[in-house]
Amino acid sequence: MKEGNIIEVENLVKKFGSFVANDNLCFEVKKSEIFGFLGANGAGKTTAIKILCGLSFPTSGKVTVAGFDVYKQRDGIRKNIGYMSQGFSLYEDLTVKENIQFYAGIYGLSRSLIKSRFEELVLKLGIEDLKDKFVRDLPLGWKQKIAFSVAIFHKPQIVFLDEPTSGVDPITRRQFWDLIYEAVESGITVFVTTHYLDEAEYCNRVSIMVDGRIEAMGTPDELKEKYNSKNMDDVFVKLARKEKE
Amino acid sequence: MAEIEIHNLCKSFGEVKALQNLSLTVEKGGFYGLIGPDGAGKTTLMRIMTSLLLADSGSITMGGLDPLKDYKKLRLKLGYMPGKFSLYQDLTVEENLQFFARVFGSSIDENYHLIKGVYSQIEPFKNRRAGKLSGGMKQKLALSCALIHKPEILILDEPTTGVDAVSRREFWEMLKEIRSFGITIVVSTPYMEEAILCDNISLMFDGKIVESGTPDEITSRFSLPVYSVKTSDIPETLHVLRQLQGLKSVNSFGQQIHVVPLSSKTQKSDIIDYLSINKMNDVSVTQIEAGIEDCFIDFILKTEEIK
Amino acid sequence: MNRFLGFLRKEFIHIFRDVRTMMILFLIPIFQILIFGYVIKNEVKDAKIGVIDMSHDNVTEEIVARLDAANDFEVVKEYRNYEEAEAGFRANEIKAVIVFNTEFANNLGKYRTADVQILLDASDPNLANLINSYTTVILNNYAAELNNAGGKPIISTEPRMWFNENLQSAYMFVPGTMALILMLITALMSSISIVREKETGTMEILLVSPMKPIQIILGKLSPYAALSVVNVFSILLIGNFVFGVPVHGSWVLLLLVSFLFILLALSLGLLISTVVKTQQAAMFISIFALMLPTMLLSGFIFPIENMPLILQYVSYIVPAKYFLIIIKGIMLKGVGIDYFLKEVLILLGMTIGLIVLSVLKFKNRLE
Repeated sequence: MKEGNIIEVENLVKKFGSFVANDNLCFEVKKSEIFGFLGANGAGKTTAIKILCGLSFPTSGKVTVAGFDVYKQRDGIRKNIGYMSQGFSLYEDLTVKENIQFYAGIYGLSRSLIKSRFEELVLKLGIEDLKDKFVRDLPLGWKQKIAFSVAIFHKPQIVFLDEPTSGVDPITRRQFWDLIYEAVESGITVFVTTHYLDEAEYCNRVSIMVDGRIEAMGTPDELKEKYNSKNMDDVFVKLARKEKE
Repeated sequence: MAEIEIHNLCKSFGEVKALQNLSLTVEKGGFYGLIGPDGAGKTTLMRIMTSLLLADSGSITMGGLDPLKDYKKLRLKLGYMPGKFSLYQDLTVEENLQFFARVFGSSIDENYHLIKGVYSQIEPFKNRRAGKLSGGMKQKLALSCALIHKPEILILDEPTTGVDAVSRREFWEMLKEIRSFGITIVVSTPYMEEAILCDNISLMFDGKIVESGTPDEITSRFSLPVYSVKTSDIPETLHVLRQLQGLKSVNSFGQQIHVVPLSSKTQKSDIIDYLSINKMNDVSVTQIEAGIEDCFIDFILKTEEIK
Repeated sequence: MNRFLGFLRKEFIHIFRDVRTMMILFLIPIFQILIFGYVIKNEVKDAKIGVIDMSHDNVTEEIVARLDAANDFEVVKEYRNYEEAEAGFRANEIKAVIVFNTEFANNLGKYRTADVQILLDASDPNLANLINSYTTVILNNYAAELNNAGGKPIISTEPRMWFNENLQSAYMFVPGTMALILMLITALMSSISIVREKETGTMEILLVSPMKPIQIILGKLSPYAALSVVNVFSILLIGNFVFGVPVHGSWVLLLLVSFLFILLALSLGLLISTVVKTQQAAMFISIFALMLPTMLLSGFIFPIENMPLILQYVSYIVPAKYFLIIIKGIMLKGVGIDYFLKEVLILLGMTIGLIVLSVLKFKNRLE
């Protein structure tokens, strides 16, 4: 894998029977960047993400994540990534603290490390009064922020976020992105999908999938120039509509 | 009397106050938006409108009818699209539409002209099972099913959530066409930018309506100036600006940062100077009109302050 | 290892915090043990038997007194002849009839050997066998006591298995299975079908539509009613052609009663759907509140007469109990409706009650 890259995808193809979900994808993700993975539902994003997380095998193509090969070294991948999906991934009937202890334990963190990092987290997020509450009793915005913190608790090299800010109020959304920026500053690469195209602007680079293929990739500025658009929303619409014609 | 009149509606589920003293009116043929994040109470409000839930207190009339007593008559007049496009996954597109048409004593042909704009886009797929449709197509099907019996009032609960930007745009365009048939429409959405597409809106947060009116009215009520800072390094600029005194809020908005000062004492030049001092010269600062999202953020901050 | 322990800890927390899981883990096994312990009895207790005594002497009276005194039996009636005894069987008055012929005492005294006929209701082969053994033991004990100067007399017993000569367990299983399947599948499927609409959210749309709740209910239940009738046919046909289980009585009556039972099961399914929110919960209740009692407390496998009093009381509310009495009567004994009018009325009453209750509970709003 090239220096500076944390994900390398070469000619990734994924077929389900005769249906081609991912059609010859080629891209890299650089270390410590925020990579936006955009596309309509059904474009093939979720399929690709599952492959990158070591949850399924490609039909063909070469995929390396954090230096590990997706065919033979899935364990290596799993140890080095974090994941947060739209469905929160926290256990509703456990408290915040219990959720963190559980997930951190799975990633092999020692008791003392969990304890110290947990205390730091409580301080940083200001959740002293929330930490012993059941997750199901938390307001939505907090669930999201805590889920993210859990996903990066073990300081993975890269964290995959699947529509993390769906339905959340505008302030929490921005607080969430503050957390993302912090994570990136500490060296974590962030791979995020979203339907909020203003969030696409916060990414260093963005790729847009249409019908199983990557139709565009580059920095937001590059794409806006290329497609003569004033914002990412326009770029997206132009690309997706073009495909329809 | 307005088509929909709601006064001081309250609804709690156990300890949770889902709706607190809500009031709003919708004129006949109007296009009304309920804008707010999850947990604001939009779904609860819509379920009360459709007579699926009963309010604890307050009054509500829908098309002159009381959802408590006249729900049978009311339900004939309503078209409802609940969240997550509740469709029969194992029925085909056409079978779903036929079912909903017949349940309302109508047929696909009778009101085809109403749904044509929408349905024609999925008609090529009419033999596909609803479960196998993409999000955008499910949306169109659900809308067709809600319209097929020619309702007077159409209630759509977050029809654009979880759907890509293109489908969202198309959907709002479809809604505009439906308006021309004189149908009163109430839509809820968490996407702020969709607010301006409505005639009148209510911004909802935490069970309350924080502001109502036309989008223009709401934004013009915003009394403080808003400065847009264009920069190539958002995180750093955010960080720097947050240290500046005299600012009410500093928030990222795509590729800009919106800065709202506490009063007009802080001027554009103050911001530029401060950024300069911090070696951020590759920026441009302009004053802009407040948008709905700016207003919403401001309201949330006010609400949090009160807490 | 640490990883694994962390996971283990979480699983325990989930379990202890979920009431339903705790119930399954702890309460239900306890119930099972208690019930099985009491229900599976290879003993007979208070079985109702009758007597045809053509001899009427000291000996027969002594024997009858012994039979009655034994915990296992209760001599409830004396019949004058076989016809009366048969009527008694059909009316379910007794499970066995002991027949002493006219020369019984004489034969015992003179020839030191006599025989006794034991007529048994073999539509429940297990019970029949048990009663047969117990009676034989009592008779032999009596005979042993008579041992005196003339040597040990022998009372030989001649069992007659009525209604099921070959003691085929299929005679017991086929009707029982029918009750079980109709109850479980019909109630389970209908409740799941309704709850599924709740889960996917389509129920909301239906409620807001002009469809009246009664139409929704009928629409949901009718297909399962029709399909269950098909099940009735297939069970009966297979029972008849493969296992030789007869239908001595009226087919029409059998189908009508089965249909009544199907309606009952459907109303139970409807009732369940009005109280649960998830398909899982519907399944849970269907299995534990319906299937288990139907299997254990309806007299399907284990005779109700043998159960402790409290379980016998519980069996009064198990619909399958009445259904089994009726269909076994029709199939194996060929009786007509006059013999089980009471059971039919009970089932009818239950069905109407359940229908009324569930329709009232079926909310046309979300709360």
